[in-house]
Amino acid sequence: MPNQTPLVRMENISKHFGGIQALTDVSVELFAGEVVGILGHNGAGKSTLIKILSGAEQADSGRIFIGGEAADIQNPNDARSYGIETIYQELALCGNLDAPSNLFMGRETESLGLLNKSYMRSETDSILAKLGIKIKSLDVEVENLSGGQRQSIAIGRAVYFQARILIMDEPTAALGMEETKLVIDLIQELKKSGIGIFWISHDIHDIYSFTDRVAILKGGRNVVTCATQACSQEEIVSMIISGIPAPSLLKDRPMAAAANTA
Amino acid sequence: MKNLFFKLQSYPLAWIVLVACLIALTISALSPYFLTVNNFSNLMKQVSIVAILAAGQSIVIISGGIDLSVGSVLALTAVTIGWLVQNGVSPEIATVCGVAVGTFAGFLNGVIIAKGKIPPFIATLGMLGIARGVALVITGGVSYQVLTPLFLFIGNGKLFGLPIPIYFVIVAYAATHFMLSRSKFGRHVYAIGGDESVSRLEGINVDGRKIAIYALSGFFSAVAAVVMVGRLASTPPNVAFGIELQAIAAVIIGGISFAGGRGIVLTSFVGALIMAMITNGLNILGVSSFWQQVLIGIVIIAAVWVDNIKSARRR
Ligand SMILES: Nc1ncnc2c1ncn2[C@@H]1O[C@H](COP(=O)(O)OP(=O)(O)O)[C@@H](O)[C@H]1O
Ligand SMILES: [Mg+2]
Repeated sequence: MPNQTPLVRMENISKHFGGIQALTDVSVELFAGEVVGILGHNGAGKSTLIKILSGAEQADSGRIFIGGEAADIQNPNDARSYGIETIYQELALCGNLDAPSNLFMGRETESLGLLNKSYMRSETDSILAKLGIKIKSLDVEVENLSGGQRQSIAIGRAVYFQARILIMDEPTAALGMEETKLVIDLIQELKKSGIGIFWISHDIHDIYSFTDRVAILKGGRNVVTCATQACSQEEIVSMIISGIPAPSLLKDRPMAAAANTA
Repeated sequence: MKNLFFKLQSYPLAWIVLVACLIALTISALSPYFLTVNNFSNLMKQVSIVAILAAGQSIVIISGGIDLSVGSVLALTAVTIGWLVQNGVSPEIATVCGVAVGTFAGFLNGVIIAKGKIPPFIATLGMLGIARGVALVITGGVSYQVLTPLFLFIGNGKLFGLPIPIYFVIVAYAATHFMLSRSKFGRHVYAIGGDESVSRLEGINVDGRKIAIYALSGFFSAVAAVVMVGRLASTPPNVAFGIELQAIAAVIIGGISFAGGRGIVLTSFVGALIMAMITNGLNILGVSSFWQQVLIGIVIIAAVWVDNIKSARRR
């Protein structure tokens, strides 16, 4: 999709925490209707990269473009105003609140200065129904639901607030097989509707089948970004470990690989 | 039987009211004087100040925090009122100023906690010393008389046969309950108490909410001070010493989880009432106040134990 304006372009992002250089000059792009897998070992900087996009952290340097325009993202609310919705690794919902409270958290609807509980409840009901998500009750605290149901509520929230860009940080890490399939089916639907999705994972086997491209990080630096199908799973695994682009990529696309290893 | 116990647990207000009724029945079986109108009215007057403080403390504890400074802020407010009245300011204006000072002290707690990233226990422990100290500095340690009609009415007046402090309690609890259950602010209090990081990531203005929460607690301390000034008709700077522990105990006995994120404010009133009934009942029965402290200590631990059973069942 070379002639399109990317939905997101993160350019030369660097970030350190005290003495730890978490990211060094990392760049990634995301186009409408694609799923980009962000891959790397634990500590590679994946979460930090997407937290910068979602406003939970600020970059030390680098720029972010949304729809081709420079974006200023200082906090989660800024990110939301650009249509960026995030599903954090294990940090998606408040367990002590019910599904409607979680879906509308921080964006509660009010009428006459009071919470409009019945409206929020019926909206939650209809968005979950629309996505084919079944939960046992809208009135129980979400800590009583399964991991997959909780993750579905977080996805429902993103869809309800019309995400254009969806970030998912290891969204299926805590889920069983059935539940994982539920989430993957859900994002296939979102993809068709033109949403761009970053899916963070440390394991290529989990995301090989449904990602369009993968961006591999190691030690807080880009290793390579390529079409998922351009490499075998084994090649990707070895790139994650070694941090060296696979020879096949260097041959086919000298430009792309060179830019990333520079 | 066991099932009934667990069922009641999911209605925290019904549960604690039942406990309170059982205590009331037990004491009245031992002394017929306990359940008289006269004693009840006494009890209500005794409970009012701790109950008002417990309403503010409930908001703080549900948000996952704690406010140790409420007794000192109460004293600072009382002393401000006394000092102004002493200097010829009208009691009404003095009250407004006093309440503003108490609310400001709570606001400072909030700023120190939210912006200074100081844990609530430490920040409010500091304020406990500061507010009490300032109260002593303002007065040089002396107590002012406040014998104005306004405060005599608050302290001794009745409306429809009920002492005035009860109306303060009713308004405090109605407003707090309404705020916590129906407003956006209330929803955020529960969210922050449930998981502060999630709240932040979901775009809740956590710092702003915390400042408001502690300012509110300061405001409730100041309102309790107004009732206190009415009851004492004076403003000793050492007033309400140690009362913060009673307010916290009332909240915990009522059943609000100390871990935050859960509970109903109305239970704190019942918690305060249970403590007052134990004290009052044992006084009537002639049990020494030393034993009363022991019993209240046991009740606090029992309340937390029951809360643990609840959270164990959640997991
Ligand atoms: N808040 C933080 N404070 C200090 N160091 C951090 C923080 N967040 C991440 N790091 C460090 O930055 C590096 C990248 O972490 P992270 O982005 O979480 O990696 P990943 O998600 O790929 O496992 C790690 O070395 C991690 O320890
Ligand atoms: Mg991570």
